[in-house]
Amino acid sequence: MDVGFFAQFVINGLMLGMMYALVAVGFTLFFGVLDVIVFSHGDVVMVGGFTGLSMYFWLERMYPHLSPGPKLLCMALVSMTVIALLGAAVARSVILRLRAAPSLNTLLATMMLGTVLRESIRLFYPDGANPKPFPALLPKWSVEYSGLTLRLDNLILFCIGALLIVSVHLLINRTRLGLAIRAVAQDEETARIMGVNFTLIVLVTFAIGSAVAAFAGLMNGLYYNEINFSMGLLLGAIGFSAAVIGGLGNIYGAILGGFIFAFLQTIGAVALPFASAYKDVFAFAVIIALMAWRPTGLIAEKTSERV
Amino acid sequence: MNQPRDFVIPGPVFCIGLAVFAAIYLALFLSSESQAAILVYMAAGGMVLLLNNMSELKPRLSEAIKGNERLCNRLAVAVVLALTAAFHADHYTLFLIGTILLYIVVVLGLNVQLGFTGVINFSCASFFGIGGYTSAMLLSKTSLPPLLALPLGGVCAAVVGSILLLPVLRTSGHYAALVTMAFALLFRIFLEVNDALGGPQGVPVRSMSLAGWDFGSDLVIGDLQMSFYVSYVLLGLVLLCLAFSFVRRIERSWIGLSLDAVRVDETASACFGVDVARWKITAFTIGNFLSGVAGALYAMMLAYISPANFTFGDSLIFLSILLLGGVGNSWGVVMATAVVVLVPEKFQVIQEYRYLIYSALVLLMIVFRPHGILPRKTRIYRPGEAA
Repeated sequence: MDVGFFAQFVINGLMLGMMYALVAVGFTLFFGVLDVIVFSHGDVVMVGGFTGLSMYFWLERMYPHLSPGPKLLCMALVSMTVIALLGAAVARSVILRLRAAPSLNTLLATMMLGTVLRESIRLFYPDGANPKPFPALLPKWSVEYSGLTLRLDNLILFCIGALLIVSVHLLINRTRLGLAIRAVAQDEETARIMGVNFTLIVLVTFAIGSAVAAFAGLMNGLYYNEINFSMGLLLGAIGFSAAVIGGLGNIYGAILGGFIFAFLQTIGAVALPFASAYKDVFAFAVIIALMAWRPTGLIAEKTSERV
Repeated sequence: MNQPRDFVIPGPVFCIGLAVFAAIYLALFLSSESQAAILVYMAAGGMVLLLNNMSELKPRLSEAIKGNERLCNRLAVAVVLALTAAFHADHYTLFLIGTILLYIVVVLGLNVQLGFTGVINFSCASFFGIGGYTSAMLLSKTSLPPLLALPLGGVCAAVVGSILLLPVLRTSGHYAALVTMAFALLFRIFLEVNDALGGPQGVPVRSMSLAGWDFGSDLVIGDLQMSFYVSYVLLGLVLLCLAFSFVRRIERSWIGLSLDAVRVDETASACFGVDVARWKITAFTIGNFLSGVAGALYAMMLAYISPANFTFGDSLIFLSILLLGGVGNSWGVVMATAVVVLVPEKFQVIQEYRYLIYSALVLLMIVFRPHGILPRKTRIYRPGEAA
């Protein structure tokens, strides 16, 4: 196979992997602090994309002469702030109320919440039922080398995504706030006794995870030049799969899982020449097989009471 | 029970009265066209339920139903037959009745999995679809008698489900949920990209025919012309009766006891010699079989199926029916199915918003009544014993 062609697939896979990793980090953070799966997270990603788009239209109207750079920065900041608040609100109003309920109830409740978000965008966003073109705000500059196209906008997206993940990692491992989050994740009661404000920490964690998801939503829009109301379901399932395959509660696992899923999709597209349309079927089938082989993910949870 | 009652209505009379009331109410509801009338009926129905819950009628009513279970089952069949007779020429209403009957079969299957055994299944619409596509393929590619497509649809669903058995057995909680969810998404995408199964456009399904009785054309007996859906409603009713008595029998037998034990505490039941894996396999397979059979008949009734009929969202609707009706509560499930299917179809204003309304309702219910949803009444071993 042509090297350039192959490298192109690697680059596309890396882009997808970064997007999935950003979503999976949220799943794994929430599972870490509260032992819950927040399935609406995929739809939160979608709402993030739509918030960014609305912000873009507002900026277009109010400041038509603004250059794309500040515009994008503004969109990212507003979208991440709004979605962080949304995430905290979800935690406050749904997840924390269901602490005593069986885990199936929480899962179902968050699935229903995801449906509420999805349907709200479909019904109440202007013309929300149709795919929306997303403006290309990043420089279109690219280099071509023996069939390989390296686009600057993809490079920028990838770097910001990596930066975001690294900063979440540093936040968790190097700051007092991160110490509190880890303490809550490890043992809620002891953390409370030591004076950690449990509710506040949970809300902050949800805000962080959701803000990262908002960026994933923008990245999705910028990468595909389109967003639609139903993308959250698949993104959520992929992010959930990635987090589970990596081992829930483990940030490295989530990143690994995100790239594994993208890798599987790419393999599915390349190695199944008769049917590249089956790439998602292939990826999910492998996920199910992996679950049968390693029921708690590749990097197993330390306390594996959930098997 | 201390105060003496002036007069006691005997249980059977109570039940018959209830059935007559239900039949009249449903007939009025189904025959009304104007949105205002439907709104009034819905409000009236809600009021009656509320009054029943608040008044002292409720314990006596549930006592009467419990004491006359056979009679109630027969009355329910009679109500469906009466409605079918009343709407014998109305295609759309009969189609709705048939849909309700088949949905109940699916939810019964789901009840065996989730309600009895605690096996999570987020892909029951996929198994419903496997049954549908099996009957579509069997009827178009082979010359098997169409009736055979029903059990074969169920068998296919059970066999495909058995691929999921290993991951479902080895995982639990969130991980098991992921397995079935991934399967639901996989199935939908598979249907959409597979050309042999019609791709996103779907496939036509030939109609049922039974010993010369063609379900595809209108029934004519003497000078009485009936909609062809009458045949489907009748067959669906037979299917529902079989499924219902099957599930009831399982529930009351020692099998049901084992399933309950597995749900309540896997470790403890394993210690007492209950083979957890065996009962999980049994429950999962029975549930998928029932979904598949119902799906096979549903496909014939629809005459045309596409991947959009069997999405993850539909699986969530089946789960919502089970939760709204009360897990393990068979009459509740019947009522919830009727509400979930009928209300958006008749009350067109909310048709567009139905997914939003269901999901918001279920969400509110889980958040505000977390304990009112999952627990099932403890089984009573001897009559008269307190639960």
